[in-house]
Amino acid sequence: MAFFKLLRQSPLSARIGLAIILINVFAAIFVPFIAPYSETEIVGDVWISASIDHFLGTDHLGRDLFTRLLYGARNTIAIAFVTTLLSFLIGTISGFFAATLGGWTDLTMSRIVDIMMAFPTLIFALMVLSVTGTSVPALIVVIALLDSTRVYRLSRAVAMDIEVMEYVEAARLRGERIWWLMRHEILPNAMPPLVAEFGLRFCFVFLFIAALSFLGLGIQPPMADWGGMVRENAGGISFGIFKGLWPAGAIAFLTVGVNLIIDWFLHIASGLKD
Amino acid sequence: MTKLLSIKNLKIEGLTGEKWVEIVNGVDVALDRGEVLGLIGESGAGKSTIGLASMGYTRQGCRIASGSIVFDGMELFGASKAIKRKIRGARIAYVAQSAAASFNPAHRLIKQYAEGPIQHGQMSFAEAEQEAIGIYRRLLLPDPEGIGYRYPHQVSGGQLQRAMVAMAMSCQPDIIVFDEPTTALDVTTQIEVLAAIKNITRQFNTAALYITHDLAVVAQMADRIMVLRYGNLVEEGAARELLGNPKEEYTKQLLSVRTFRKETDQNDNNSNVILKVQNVSASYTGEEKVLEDINVKIRRGRTVALVGESGSGKSTLARVITGLLPPLQGKVIFEGNELPPALKSRDRESLRKMQMIYQMPDTALNPRQKVRKVIGRPLSFYFGMGGKEREDKIIDLLEKIELSEKYIERYPEELSGGEKQRICIARALAAKPNLIICDEVTSALDQLVAEEILKLLQSLQNELGVSYLFITHDLATVKAISDEIVVMLQGKIVEQGERQEILTPPHHEYTELLLSSVPEMDPDWLDNLLAERQAENEQQIEIS
Repeated sequence: MAFFKLLRQSPLSARIGLAIILINVFAAIFVPFIAPYSETEIVGDVWISASIDHFLGTDHLGRDLFTRLLYGARNTIAIAFVTTLLSFLIGTISGFFAATLGGWTDLTMSRIVDIMMAFPTLIFALMVLSVTGTSVPALIVVIALLDSTRVYRLSRAVAMDIEVMEYVEAARLRGERIWWLMRHEILPNAMPPLVAEFGLRFCFVFLFIAALSFLGLGIQPPMADWGGMVRENAGGISFGIFKGLWPAGAIAFLTVGVNLIIDWFLHIASGLKD
Repeated sequence: MTKLLSIKNLKIEGLTGEKWVEIVNGVDVALDRGEVLGLIGESGAGKSTIGLASMGYTRQGCRIASGSIVFDGMELFGASKAIKRKIRGARIAYVAQSAAASFNPAHRLIKQYAEGPIQHGQMSFAEAEQEAIGIYRRLLLPDPEGIGYRYPHQVSGGQLQRAMVAMAMSCQPDIIVFDEPTTALDVTTQIEVLAAIKNITRQFNTAALYITHDLAVVAQMADRIMVLRYGNLVEEGAARELLGNPKEEYTKQLLSVRTFRKETDQNDNNSNVILKVQNVSASYTGEEKVLEDINVKIRRGRTVALVGESGSGKSTLARVITGLLPPLQGKVIFEGNELPPALKSRDRESLRKMQMIYQMPDTALNPRQKVRKVIGRPLSFYFGMGGKEREDKIIDLLEKIELSEKYIERYPEELSGGEKQRICIARALAAKPNLIICDEVTSALDQLVAEEILKLLQSLQNELGVSYLFITHDLATVKAISDEIVVMLQGKIVEQGERQEILTPPHHEYTELLLSSVPEMDPDWLDNLLAERQAENEQQIEIS
């Protein structure tokens, strides 16, 4: 298969990135079987040091930190993935629409997006979330909408480059509807940059959720998530207890992994030999 | 006497995938001082690769495998970078095909002219500035004192090409490699550049490698000609001898004039008019008119050639007819019905009957669609075909364009240029059109491939009775394929009529200029023509 052939030629960095992602995905899927305790079970004292029973000790409420970390992977990754998917759905469709229709449609849509982008994303999200409440669906929709503005920009730019090609003109002259133009003429040719962007945006969304959780407006306790765990355990720092570094490290770990893969993707897409 | 440049048994390899494949298989080239050697062949013949190799250079992904390149007693193959750097620009210079793409748009011409002499420590900037005026004058550039201070976008294409020749001349090199320097130019502009190049190489007694795919051009320039194919030498000889008495079959093919035209009956039946363009004026900005009061008629089963230089509005007219650009005024009448000006309001049936074939098959085919989808889509779109029926029809169409059915699974990048253009033709035919607009369909193709395509189009017309509107700047194509000719200049029609009528004198002044500017195989043609034009005391050909 083409993918395995690619993999065999991949550089070390990409393999490391792939391994990191696979570890995380594996953890996210099989948490119930590998986690020693349950997500919200209090198993001992507060902030116990690492031991055989508790690989990473316990958190500020006495829950097993390793277990929480695994569940955190599941919640954070799943939500970030769904959010990114949704933001791409909205972003690419509207971006392609703007590029193929042009004129007033493009102008109106682009200015609306400009206005949305004029607000600092975090503040905007905090504002909207304080109104809608912090349920997981609300979180997903709000972040996806905010993030789709960036996707819109990219897909519009890419589609505009493709739109001027003669094969698109030929399809127009044939009398094709806009949906066909977008789906069959533009999308296949826009895939490489969009896929690379998907990985990048996934990272940002994931960090964004972590940031929101840290501020208390993201995933709500007692659900485990990495950003929230950093906040919960941050209090320990004043006592010389650095438990908060574990979830923070997990965030960094996954971000680096995804970025290594994206770099490789971009490299392939750009067609450079070395 | 030793040769100025002597290349022996040169082998060059190119990287395809992970393997090195030989693209030049042991070619010998010898060049005397002041001699002009023409390298001729179709794309993939290795002529540019050899041209570059004479400077000890190869493109990315190529390498010189073996052989020797001796320039004035120095071996360049395997020479150190420092030695090659000293020679390049100073003693061997290079003129590329597209001057527009080769100049840095951010610097004035003079700065780029002076780069070489300064780099090689021959002149200061002030000296180079002085020197440039003389060179510009010899190259017959207008305003030689001032032109150097313009930016590349401020001069015309032909002038820019000459400015690049000037750049190559700046260090007074022993050899200049000209890589298709006039291919991207209009015929009338081509003459100026050819004359300028010929003039200056004679004056400075500069040797040159002149690379081109156009035999008629090389006939004007070269003392000796080498015909190349697939990296091998086909034939070599003195220009006159080779042109007058070619030995190899391939050379004869290249030399043969296109004469496959069948004579159509010339009955003038108005009811057979399929497309009528009436008093059309069009503009992109709303102010400046690109087309003015255009009237064109196309009859069933006939070919109308639309001729003119770039910027004359030929392609704009096609855009008006297809509805991509609604005209300011005037009508497009197709099969007796007036078509709505904008594409959006035209019905599917009238779209089907009018198809288009483009100049660049590379951009006219979606790289992510297999041939099956490219040809199959019009079938299902217009006729609702599917499954077996569609599959059979696609194979049937492939047969019509003389490709086997195994092509159905291919992506465009797995096709050659000519094959791609055939697929484009099949896509147009799939719609069963009554009119096909061909926009420069052969100008991106090699001569022999182009000829095949023209033959195919002609036989399809004989078989299917389809009409063509054939947009081109190439008069040889026009002579070969047209029934009627429309000559355009700056958005207006200057002359139109039956082919015979247009091609026999007396001509309109501009048609005359176009016709007389097409290079002929006769090696004396350029000199004679220039002398003639001089004699007529014509103003130097400056039609912009």
